[in-house]
Amino acid sequence: MPKAKIYVTFKDGVLDPQGTTVKRALDKMGYKNIEEVMIGKYIEVQIKGTDKKQIEKEIDEICDKLLANPNIEKYTFKVE
Amino acid sequence: MGKYDIEITKKIIAEHGFKDNEYENILKIMGRVPTYVELGIFSAMWSEHCSYKHSKHLLKKFPTKGKYILQGPGENAGIVDSGTKMAVAFKIESHNHPSAVEPFQGAATGIGGILRDVFTMGARPIACLDSLRFGNIKTKKTQHLFAGVVDGIGAYGNCVGIPTIAGETIFEDVYEDNCLVNAMAIGLVDKNKIAKGIAKGVGNPVIYIGSTTGRDGIHGATFASVELTEATKEKRSSVQVADPFMEKLLLEATLELIEKKLVVGIQDMGAAGLTSSSTEMSYRGGVGMEIDIDKVPKREKGMNAYEVMLSESQERMLMVATKGKEKAVEKVLTKWGLHAVVIGKVIKKQNVVIKEGGKIVADMPVEPVTDSNHKLFPRKNQIGVKPKYLKDINIKNADIKTPENLEATFKTLVASQNIACKNMVWEEYDHMVQTNTIVLPGSDAAVIDMKGTDVMIATSVDCNGRYTYLDPFRGGAIAVCESARNVACSGAEPAALTNCLNYGSPENKEIFWQFEQSLAGMRLAAKALKTPVTGGNVSFYNESPSGPIYPTPVIGMIGFIKDKKKRYATQFFKTAGDRIVLLGKNKDEIGASEYLKVIHGLIKGPVPEIEMKEEIALQKTLREGIKKGIIKSAHDISDGGLSIALAESCISGKLHGKKILGAYVEVRHAIREDSLLFGETQSRAIVSVSEDKLEALKKIADKHNLTIMEIGKVGGDSLIIKTAKEKMPYVEKINMKLLEIENLWMNGVKQYVG
Amino acid sequence: MKFGIIVFPGSNCDRDCLWAVEEMKQKGEFVWHDSKSVANYDALILPGGFSYGDYLRSGAIARFARVMDSVKTFADKGKPVIGICNGFQILLEAGLLPGAMLTNKTLKFICKYVNLSVENNTSPFTNKCEKGQILRVPIAHKEGNYFCDDTLLETLLANKQVAFRYCDEKGKINAETNPNGAVYNIAGITNKKGNVLGLMPHPERAMKETLGSTDGKIIFESVISYLKKR
Repeated sequence: MPKAKIYVTFKDGVLDPQGTTVKRALDKMGYKNIEEVMIGKYIEVQIKGTDKKQIEKEIDEICDKLLANPNIEKYTFKVE
Repeated sequence: MGKYDIEITKKIIAEHGFKDNEYENILKIMGRVPTYVELGIFSAMWSEHCSYKHSKHLLKKFPTKGKYILQGPGENAGIVDSGTKMAVAFKIESHNHPSAVEPFQGAATGIGGILRDVFTMGARPIACLDSLRFGNIKTKKTQHLFAGVVDGIGAYGNCVGIPTIAGETIFEDVYEDNCLVNAMAIGLVDKNKIAKGIAKGVGNPVIYIGSTTGRDGIHGATFASVELTEATKEKRSSVQVADPFMEKLLLEATLELIEKKLVVGIQDMGAAGLTSSSTEMSYRGGVGMEIDIDKVPKREKGMNAYEVMLSESQERMLMVATKGKEKAVEKVLTKWGLHAVVIGKVIKKQNVVIKEGGKIVADMPVEPVTDSNHKLFPRKNQIGVKPKYLKDINIKNADIKTPENLEATFKTLVASQNIACKNMVWEEYDHMVQTNTIVLPGSDAAVIDMKGTDVMIATSVDCNGRYTYLDPFRGGAIAVCESARNVACSGAEPAALTNCLNYGSPENKEIFWQFEQSLAGMRLAAKALKTPVTGGNVSFYNESPSGPIYPTPVIGMIGFIKDKKKRYATQFFKTAGDRIVLLGKNKDEIGASEYLKVIHGLIKGPVPEIEMKEEIALQKTLREGIKKGIIKSAHDISDGGLSIALAESCISGKLHGKKILGAYVEVRHAIREDSLLFGETQSRAIVSVSEDKLEALKKIADKHNLTIMEIGKVGGDSLIIKTAKEKMPYVEKINMKLLEIENLWMNGVKQYVG
Repeated sequence: MKFGIIVFPGSNCDRDCLWAVEEMKQKGEFVWHDSKSVANYDALILPGGFSYGDYLRSGAIARFARVMDSVKTFADKGKPVIGICNGFQILLEAGLLPGAMLTNKTLKFICKYVNLSVENNTSPFTNKCEKGQILRVPIAHKEGNYFCDDTLLETLLANKQVAFRYCDEKGKINAETNPNGAVYNIAGITNKKGNVLGLMPHPERAMKETLGSTDGKIIFESVISYLKKR
């Protein structure tokens, strides 16, 4: 069965409180090379079907409607 | 003037929403064409949200002075004297439009904003309250908004560690496309260490503290002043993400800075961000400010002065410190993981001067930008016109048939959306942190202890928008009376109020009439009850293509219980055998009630009468009876009338870890049965007293000239209500097991929101 | 007795814990998360709140605070350490207690009074309780769904490490009296030695009748009694 691997992250320019806080913690722990930390979500969806285009359309739709909050988040996905 | 300078065209002027002669006035003030940055600053400061141009002249008429008032309107929050070393700072604010677009973040950032208003005064926040209004809970849309808003409030307040101790949640169709999220915060401040939003001392550093500045919320102030349409919902850059952890750090750092006397003045970068904080602080201090945009911490590369000045990124503060104390300030901030960034200095010339890349991009006088008394400041002295819808708004009682089965009516009402229990809301909020919450949510008013003193604070938020819609004057007066009555039901004397005035577009003369009339009603009641207004917030343009909301002036009341024994009352019955007494008179009023809406499908008047004399007599009796230890429970009669008040007195103890207790009630009367059981006649309360205290209660009521009637006895596992018209024999109208009532009451809303 | 209350950025029950210690007529002091030593205290409390905003995972960042090394040393010496709510989560992340915390089964924050059954009355934190005594104490958390696998649960039971379980007012323990979905209705556990306690409910909020209960006091009384005997 095809599997969609979906990454949901904040849109550019939106504050990422978790990422900022983790970055600061890493600084304090002595990891001086860390430039930026961004925290998002990873979601896997198993989906029925054979038509890749159709599957991609459906995944895109559920990302937009539910999995991501289009007000502040963006998403990317790969269907395998 | 700088690389981002843009020619000011007619199109650009129009995009900034200037109306009438506002742009001409800008030309007069500046004596030249403004720069793009200046235009943006004028636009934000002169928006309805920041300038109060439609409302200021009416707000000025509110009573603002009284024995408790230490700080009236005009500062970040009002302050009242508790009679102890610690004074009480409090304020209410709306976050309606952001919550309608993005419920979680919108509501969360609303809590953040109101908390900052309180702690910038030097007050440690001790409680939050929230007043929420949505459409019908049965719709998917409302369920989505409800879940997001409640989650957002909880996530923020819980994380910062401020108990959310009381509130109201109302469902009416008119709020479907324009929900209302009003949040109130209360804090305690040492009377001698009150901080203010003021800039003073030429040469003093202007310090930026908190989160970075991003592009979020640009023109949020303007955004709050437009109607919601599909097009505005696409304006997604206006959504700000809340960072409650940053808020907690800011809170602790700010209080420590104030405690260590390192602060000259401090203000939240709220609506219109750096623009409003810099101009308002300068104006209050009679000075100016120079700000270097290059020094402002930015989240994104390439942000220009216009964006930086207008950004509404959350969790940021502007502070003026004493020159030479920068190191001490930095030390406190470093401890809390924050940085002090000096972005400018206080200057003598009363201008805000903004520099970017070494060049001046704005240089404007602060007075005409901020002072509503300035002759070029926008003013909209609108005159209201009585709305047409009020023409045929009142029912004739004779046209409404009393239902045959009043028990069935009672069942429907007790499970109806506005009456059913909202424990699923407050259980998502930490309402016990700080260990001061004496009366938990689910009683008329919440009571918080001031440890180590003889004082407790009682507080409540209230409004009945339907009343205000059907009769703006009475609705306004009742909102004040009900919040004061709720506070009085706990035994407290109301001291002062803050209000959040939610209305449709003030440019509509009929809506403006609602505004004028309801404010007149509030004035009347606030004067009579001696509860001055210490500030608040006006939220206009609460409308959508489906129409305006009900005029909704939400009142946040603060009262004090001052008593060595710290006696207070809650709404639920305490002991079997106690006598139930009705305080106040029953009148033949069914208009505007929940009953008329739910059972007869009518949103019609007349709104119940409100007589200030009766209201004062009731509140005095409640207070004296509670203070003397006579009254054991007190519950005001509101939505759903006498029968619902009795039911809640029976069952709500369970929410407070007590047993449920039944009641046997007999009422003799000369009015309609439905008026008696479900009418919402004002200035009434249900109290319980032990039998031997009946006489003492009667004496107190006589002294205050209040009508009272013993109507029953506490006990059993059922609620039984019998009525008798005049001299006829008693007839049983309601006889239900408490468990059944409780089941209906607990699931009325819960069934839709899990 | 002197209690040290560890303050992390974002702790918000620190003041409540200090108040509770003072209500018990004991000395209490805040210990900043950057401190190097906790050796001069008799007992330590890791209070509730949202250390580092609970970002990433509750307690995940706080466990790296400088003070945590000395907290471990303190615990190794057998001295009493209590982690309440977020403090419990930090102790789990730091490995001072076994298991992990999941989001509540309701996926929501829950703040309300619950009943706890005392499972083990021999620990330093429960020696003043009767076995099976029911304590009424509030909870306030979103991640309090204690998780451990069957093997660990068996070990916990064998070592009498389960301190409190959620029950009803009569002591009945079942799925209905489990507010957050915790394995075996677990509300609090100790380490194997018994000197480190983690619990989700807030005893510091149940110290006065006017706050709804005084049952939280017995936990502090137990610790004080234990310290006096020690």
